[in-house]
Amino acid sequence: MSQPPRSSSYTEYHPRWYRPRVSTWWWMGRWSYLKFIQREISSVFVAWFIVELLMLLHALSNGQGAFPQQAYREFLIWLRNPVVVFLNLVSLFFVVFHAVTWFNLAAAAMVVRVKGKKIPGALIAGSNYAAWIVVSAILAWALLRA
Amino acid sequence: MRKRSNEPVLWVLFSAGGVLAALAIPVLLFLLFLAFPLGWIDAPSFERLHDLVRMPIVRLGLFVLCFFSLFHWAHRFRYTLYDGLQIKHLNHLIFPFCYGGALLGSVVAGYLLWNFR
Repeated sequence: MSQPPRSSSYTEYHPRWYRPRVSTWWWMGRWSYLKFIQREISSVFVAWFIVELLMLLHALSNGQGAFPQQAYREFLIWLRNPVVVFLNLVSLFFVVFHAVTWFNLAAAAMVVRVKGKKIPGALIAGSNYAAWIVVSAILAWALLRA
Repeated sequence: MRKRSNEPVLWVLFSAGGVLAALAIPVLLFLLFLAFPLGWIDAPSFERLHDLVRMPIVRLGLFVLCFFSLFHWAHRFRYTLYDGLQIKHLNHLIFPFCYGGALLGSVVAGYLLWNFR
């Protein structure tokens, strides 16, 4: 057995190759790069939704006080603030973008075989979209039942 | 022996969060934070919403959604900073900020849901 190559130990920064500096704005150059960054940025709006959800839970949670609905009413007024409405519209765009890219990517990433035959990606994507519709319908039903 | 990487665990959290966020967040965001407050659709009353969240199964579901979605954000945002802004050399700041933030958010979610009255 020969010695393993010296580069076999992992380093986060390759020490020897010359690599030209890439502009910070590299992803502005091409539509596919921009879409990639948009997809990655969608995670920020996922986090924003969770923050809003926690605020809603906090506002709902004082059910036994003298004015149980006060915090909830104030939260609703805050949600009608034009800046917040704009932010939530942008967030809606990004979370839908996340869902669509995620389901499409799952079809490319998952190779499912039944009896040795590969299931076409369109079928996997299709079942993902079906699950999306079902889950959305159940959640909407739970909220609208009132 | 080399330390085992924790990257696979973080990736599984990212991936599970990606699925849950994709399935649940669009409809919840649309109804709770746009359609209801703006009056596009008749909102459920405070009591109904309150009673809904009081159900243990709903609270458990919300916690799972928060936990995985936050770790989904942490992982993806960390790599956005690495690739997009090319600041991987700041890893010792980015790593605790992302996963620490997700952990903190999960603790807040757990606290709010556990003590929900």
